[in-house]
Amino acid sequence: MASKAQRMPTGLRILTSGFVLLWFILAAFPFFWTLWGSFKVELDFFSIADWTNALTGERTSATYDSAFTGAAYRGAWIQEEFWRNVINTFIVCFFVVCTSLTIGTLGGYALSRSGYRYTFWLLITALIFRAMPPITLVAGYLLPFFEWNVWGILPTTIIVLVAINQPFTLWMLHSFFQNIPKELDESAKVDGCTQFQAFRHVIVPVMWPGVITTGLFSFLLAYNDFAVTAMLLSESNRTMVPAIAAFLGTTYTEGNVMFAVAAVVSATAPLFILVMFFQRQIVSGLTAGAVKG
Amino acid sequence: MKHRTFFWFFLPTGLAMLLFIALPIVSVVIQSVFAPHEAVLKTVENCTPLVGCTTETTIDQDATRAIRDAQPLGRFVGLDIYFDRAHLAVAEVSEAWAASQSWGEFSSKLFNLPLYRALAFTLTFTFIVTPLLIIFGLMIALAVNSLHRHLKGFMIFFSLLPMIVTPLIGSLILFWMVDSRGVIGSALVALAGDPNFSLKASTGLTWVMLIVYGVWHSAPFAFVVFYAGLQTLPKDQLEAAQIDGASRWQQTKYVIIPHLMPLVTFVALIQLMDNFRVFEPVVGFNASAHATSLSWIIFNDLGGETRQLSAASATSVLTILGVAILLSPVLVRTWRDFKGK
Repeated sequence: MASKAQRMPTGLRILTSGFVLLWFILAAFPFFWTLWGSFKVELDFFSIADWTNALTGERTSATYDSAFTGAAYRGAWIQEEFWRNVINTFIVCFFVVCTSLTIGTLGGYALSRSGYRYTFWLLITALIFRAMPPITLVAGYLLPFFEWNVWGILPTTIIVLVAINQPFTLWMLHSFFQNIPKELDESAKVDGCTQFQAFRHVIVPVMWPGVITTGLFSFLLAYNDFAVTAMLLSESNRTMVPAIAAFLGTTYTEGNVMFAVAAVVSATAPLFILVMFFQRQIVSGLTAGAVKG
Repeated sequence: MKHRTFFWFFLPTGLAMLLFIALPIVSVVIQSVFAPHEAVLKTVENCTPLVGCTTETTIDQDATRAIRDAQPLGRFVGLDIYFDRAHLAVAEVSEAWAASQSWGEFSSKLFNLPLYRALAFTLTFTFIVTPLLIIFGLMIALAVNSLHRHLKGFMIFFSLLPMIVTPLIGSLILFWMVDSRGVIGSALVALAGDPNFSLKASTGLTWVMLIVYGVWHSAPFAFVVFYAGLQTLPKDQLEAAQIDGASRWQQTKYVIIPHLMPLVTFVALIQLMDNFRVFEPVVGFNASAHATSLSWIIFNDLGGETRQLSAASATSVLTILGVAILLSPVLVRTWRDFKGK
C-alpha cells in the first residue's frame, strides 16, 4: 500500500518515530517504574539521597540481603488484609456485569426493535443520566439506605452500580442490536414464535460479540469506581479502590507507603491482563459509538 | 414491537434507572431545601440555698431526638442553603463586589469562597484538558498510523493502559513519581536547582500537574477513536489531492482532518462530560489544598463523621445544572435531527 508518493521523507519519519517513542515512554514507563519499585523498601523507591537507588535497591539489599523484597506485598495482603478487598471487588464486578448485561440486553433489544417515538425519549433520558456524575446521586441514597438498614453491604452497592451502568449499557447494546438484521427475528415471528422466543432462539446465539464488549466496559466501570463504593460500603466490605484510598490516610503517618504501592500494583495487574486478552474488543467498543456518529 | 411486549422487555432496566437514578435526583433536590434541625435548648434554673440561683442552658436530648424522628428530613429552609457561604454565597459576593476596587481584587475574594474556587478549577480543567487531549490524541493517531503493521498492535496495547487504569490508581502512580523524593520529582529539583522545589507547594504547578494527568489519562481514548477513523479514510480523495500537488501538510489539513471532524465532535462531547466530573485526581494527588472540584466538594461533605447531606445535595443540584448546560447544545442538535427525520 505504501506507494512512492506516500512514503515519508526521512526527516518526517524520524520526527514521527521520535514522537511515538515519547508517547510510548509516557504511557508505559510509569507502570513499569511502579512495578519495579514495589519490590523495594521505601527509602529506595522514595530516595532522598540518590534516585538511582530505586533502580539498584541499595537500601533494600542492606535490609533484606537481596535487591528485591516482597515485604510490601506481605504487608498489604496479609497484615492489612488486602485479600478481603480483592475478593469483594471480584464479587461486586461479577454480579454487576451479570445483572447489568441481563437486564441491559433485554432493554437494548426492545429499544432497537420498537419503532415508536418513546424509544427516542428513553434513549435521550439515558444519555442525560450517563452525563451526570455518579457522586451527585450518592446524597440521595444515604438517607433511605440508613433508614432501611441496607447501607454498607455488597448487594446494595451492586444494585446501585448496575443502575448507574444501565444508560451506557443500553446505548451500546442498542447500537449492536441495530446491526443485527430485523428480518432475522421477524421471520421467526412469522413462523409462530413469540417476541421472547424469537429473542431467545434467534438473537441470543448471534449477539455474543456485542455483549462481551459491553460486558468489558461494565466490568471496568465497576472495577474502577471510587466515588460510589467509597460512600456506600462499610469498612469491612470495602473493595480495592476505596481500600487503597483508606491506606493513604493511615500509611503516610505510619510510614508504610510501600503497602499502598504494592496494593496499587496488585490492583493494576488484572487490568493489564484484561487489555492483553481483550484489546480488540475494547477498541471496537470505544469506536462503536463514534464511527456511527 | 407491541407496546405490551416492549414494556416487559424494558421493565427491569427501566425500573433500575427509575429507582436508583431518577428517584435519587428527586430526593437530592428535596434534601437540598431542608436543613438539619437545630438542637432544642432548654434553660434550667438551679437554685441552691445560700449560693443563689444560676440558669443553665443545655441541649434537651429527648426533645431534639423527638423532633428529628418526627421530621427526618429536617426543617424547610427554601433556597437558603444555595445562597449560604459554602454555596453561591450571595451576600459575600455582593459585599466583595461593593468593596473591591479592581477586577483582580474581586476575583481573589471570589476564589476564596469554596464553591467558586471549585468551579474555577473544574471549568479550567475541563476546557484546557479537552482540546489538549484531542490534539495530542490526533498526533498519536497520525504517528502510529504511519508505523509498521506489527508495531501498531503493540503501540495500541500500551496506549490503552493510561485510560483503562483506575483513575485513582493512575493518579497515585504519577503522584509518587512527581513526589519530591520520586524519580521525576528529583529530576525537577535538579532542573530547578532548588532543593526545596516541590510541585505540590504552589497552586499553579498543582493545576499544571492535574492537567497533565488529565491529558495522559484521556488522550488514549481520542487516539483510539481517531485511529479507527483513519482506517476508513477514502483513498481516492487522498490520491486526488496528491495528483493536484498537495503537500503532506495540505493533505492532512484539507482531507484527513475534515474526514475526522465528526469524530472530533464525538470525543469532545464525551470528554467534556467526563472531565467536568474530575474528582479522583484531586484525591490521588492529595491536591485539595490547591485545587478542588465540584465532585470533590460533594464527596468531602458526605464523608467523615458529620455527613452533611443538605450541603452535599445543594452542591449536587448545582453540578447537575452545570452538566445540563454543558449538554444542552447536544440535546438541541439531537432534537433537530430527530425532527428532521
